[in-house]
Amino acid sequence: MSDEHSSISPQPVAPSPPGPPGRPGKPRLPWRQTVGTLQILGRLAALALIFAFFALAVEEGTFVKPRNLENILRQSAVYATAALGMTMIIIAGGIDLSIGSVIALAVVVSAWVLNLPQGASAGPAGHSQVDYWIHDWPVLLPWLAALAGVGIATLAGLLNGVLCVALRIVPFVVTLGTLLIYRGLAKIIAQERPIYPPEETWLTRLMDPTLTSQSAHRWMLLPPGVWLLLAAAIVAGIMLRYTRLGRHIYAVGSNAETARLCGVPVGRTKMIVYTLGGFFGGLAGLMEFSWIGGNGIPTTAAGYELAIIAAVVIGGGSLSGGEGSVLGSLVGALIITVLSMGGQQMGWPRPVQEMAIGAILIGAVALDYWQRRWRLKD
Amino acid sequence: MSVARLQMQDVHKRFGATWALRGVSLTIQPGEVHALVGENGAGKSTLMKVLSGAVLPDRGEIWLDGQPFTPGSPLHARRAGIAMIYQELSLAPHLTVMENILLGMEPHWGPWILWTKMRRQAAHALAALDIPDIPLDVPVRQLPIAQQQLVEIARALAMDCRVLILDEPTSSLTQQEVPKLFSLIHRLKSAGHAIVYISHFLEEVQEISDRFTVLRDGQTVATGWTGQTSIDQMVAMMVGREVKELYPRRRRTPGEVILEVDQLSGPGKPLGASLQVRRGEVLGIAGLVGAGRTELLRTIFGLAPVRAGKIRIGAWIGPGTPERRWRQGVGYLSEDRKQEGLALGLSLADNITLPRLEGLGPGWFVWPARQAQACQPWIEKMQIRCQSAWQPVGTLSGGTQQKVALARLLHADVDLLLLDEPTRGIDVGSKSQIYQLIDELAAGNPAEGRPPKAVVMVSSTLQELLGVCDRIGVMSRGRLVEVRPASQWSEHELMLAATGPVSASLPASYTQTPLGK
Repeated sequence: MSDEHSSISPQPVAPSPPGPPGRPGKPRLPWRQTVGTLQILGRLAALALIFAFFALAVEEGTFVKPRNLENILRQSAVYATAALGMTMIIIAGGIDLSIGSVIALAVVVSAWVLNLPQGASAGPAGHSQVDYWIHDWPVLLPWLAALAGVGIATLAGLLNGVLCVALRIVPFVVTLGTLLIYRGLAKIIAQERPIYPPEETWLTRLMDPTLTSQSAHRWMLLPPGVWLLLAAAIVAGIMLRYTRLGRHIYAVGSNAETARLCGVPVGRTKMIVYTLGGFFGGLAGLMEFSWIGGNGIPTTAAGYELAIIAAVVIGGGSLSGGEGSVLGSLVGALIITVLSMGGQQMGWPRPVQEMAIGAILIGAVALDYWQRRWRLKD
Repeated sequence: MSVARLQMQDVHKRFGATWALRGVSLTIQPGEVHALVGENGAGKSTLMKVLSGAVLPDRGEIWLDGQPFTPGSPLHARRAGIAMIYQELSLAPHLTVMENILLGMEPHWGPWILWTKMRRQAAHALAALDIPDIPLDVPVRQLPIAQQQLVEIARALAMDCRVLILDEPTSSLTQQEVPKLFSLIHRLKSAGHAIVYISHFLEEVQEISDRFTVLRDGQTVATGWTGQTSIDQMVAMMVGREVKELYPRRRRTPGEVILEVDQLSGPGKPLGASLQVRRGEVLGIAGLVGAGRTELLRTIFGLAPVRAGKIRIGAWIGPGTPERRWRQGVGYLSEDRKQEGLALGLSLADNITLPRLEGLGPGWFVWPARQAQACQPWIEKMQIRCQSAWQPVGTLSGGTQQKVALARLLHADVDLLLLDEPTRGIDVGSKSQIYQLIDELAAGNPAEGRPPKAVVMVSSTLQELLGVCDRIGVMSRGRLVEVRPASQWSEHELMLAATGPVSASLPASYTQTPLGK
């Protein structure tokens, strides 16, 4: 192919005016590496600063003890996992306000499956006793529960996508609506009260501390949920950066008209992105299920959407689309977690923690804007 | 001679290295309709931007009613009484007629709007136009375009405008609405208003204007009484210039028919267009802005729906999506580089490789390094000035951006290139490179195994069409009226075919008469 191209020899027609371009001799820095890396480095530096502040400020250095470090990872995992899907949605120029409800839906459905009764049977003492499937299928049922939770979240995401694409309603409105619908659905499934599964399973222990506990899972170093997050993040990152779908997502978000003109299936890409958003929301739901003690609480994860969107935006995602990265969003989720946990341990009132996160959000976006202006002038 | 309402003397304006205006003079008397004509790019819009305060002239003087006048901002110009009615109306669609007429100058007492007074003033403005049948309390978006235009004219009168500028006012009107607008213009004229009338339709100019001024290449080349000048003479003044040796042309050998369009109609435009394009051939499409040239290309490419007619591309028959067209070996270059043509936030590499990411990695994968590598030959060949293939396209200059948009078609290695205004708004150097490229593509190089390509090119620059194309078709009001070999066209004839009936002796009706068929 390159032979074919180079065969059309460049023939200078008009002398091009002298200018800044390709000064030969001087090594060119690839643009993506300068800007993209700068952004990530800046965010890591901010994270380090915030962390260092709490490390010094929290009394007796408890903030840097292994237990606390592990807690930071455990607590950020739910946000970070959901933020993976949100990153793709935001890069594609959309938004998903329903993610908190999607997480709750996954939590409730998983608990519901673990709580499936086989029907009543007469107990030995004479009074009626409920028999649960989990007792007959202790290995299979947790897997089914996880599958059902992730499955329903994926379906919820797909529905978001279908509504946005087929009905051409703006995603903000669609997902504001489904935020209410999915939450309602979660409450109906749980009959408006928490579901308490009869047995503890590995699903319950997904987010349990490992390194700092005496459990048999010490060898895992990190809770299984955190490993799950890392694996999901690697897959998502590779998908975004190194596949056709990934390039299409950036193109759709940067300029949907151009994407259409270039033959990108814009509607299909958006649907896939929302479906993936639901899928990662489902994974986050499994972690949330464990984090809140292995119960199906239908009101859980309310308001998470704001933290998750904030994580993506702090991580460099642009709400006008076309920009964002998995690594940035992970750092964004960590920044939010470190801030809220540090604030808690400092005894800051909750409103102050929230204000700090808000300030960081605005600061990050403003810095990006000015850095880019400055880079363009160069 | 009385004091002129508006006088412009030797106005110059430069953008970067190019002079958009280099000596424009214009005199308009009160009670006169003055037509401003010229080819696209002759400087009309820049002149109007100077008048309306959007750009400051570099040199030259302007007097308004004998007073020196240099509008520093659009607000300043409006306060001074310069009212512009653009092709795209600038109304607030959700506000009512009354609110729109008095927008920004609502009668008020402190912070409170005096609604009764406002109603009276608005009704008065409409009555002065003799159009009292427009309801005052209806949101303007519910009115037909023609009435919206009247509302905008009423607004101009309500603010006591001294010079009313109408930019292509009939382009969005139906045939029945045009005479109504003209009788309104006549009434305004008798009321002593000075009106500047900009139009490509020379028959309209003949009918409505008292005097005219011709702009060419940013200069006033003629001014005179409309009644004493024929359409032919006007066209000669608008075009009057020789074709420079800007257009290389090597031997092209037409091959098989690659695109065949039969009686194609889209939504509104085009209307029953038929054409054929062969490999090794460049077909030009001339016509005025809004004649349906862009719509023709978009319908072929699947960006606009087909209402009737057939499209055959190679062995494929029927309508398609852009996705399918790329796979069939068709590429489209949009006329709107910034809105549609390029994703400005993405890099050159992403923009160029987007239609064909296949083969840049195994299976579904795309290696960034391969993307950059695939772009490199085109960056070098087209002399795209950039820091690297990863630089965002939005940071490049206009001409460079256009080359990136073209490089996309080259990367996709399409057989049929649909180019919509490929040289709009770019410098001469980039232009001649693009002409050269089109010629190379059409000629092909069988020895190197590169078959000739087919090119369909829409352009508003007639010389460019005559210089680059083998055959040229003209579109007028949605119809492809005539296709001839380029050697059988002159700029003059192209302009005549595009601006309306063949000869001025035909009745000046606004029918869509197919010519030459």
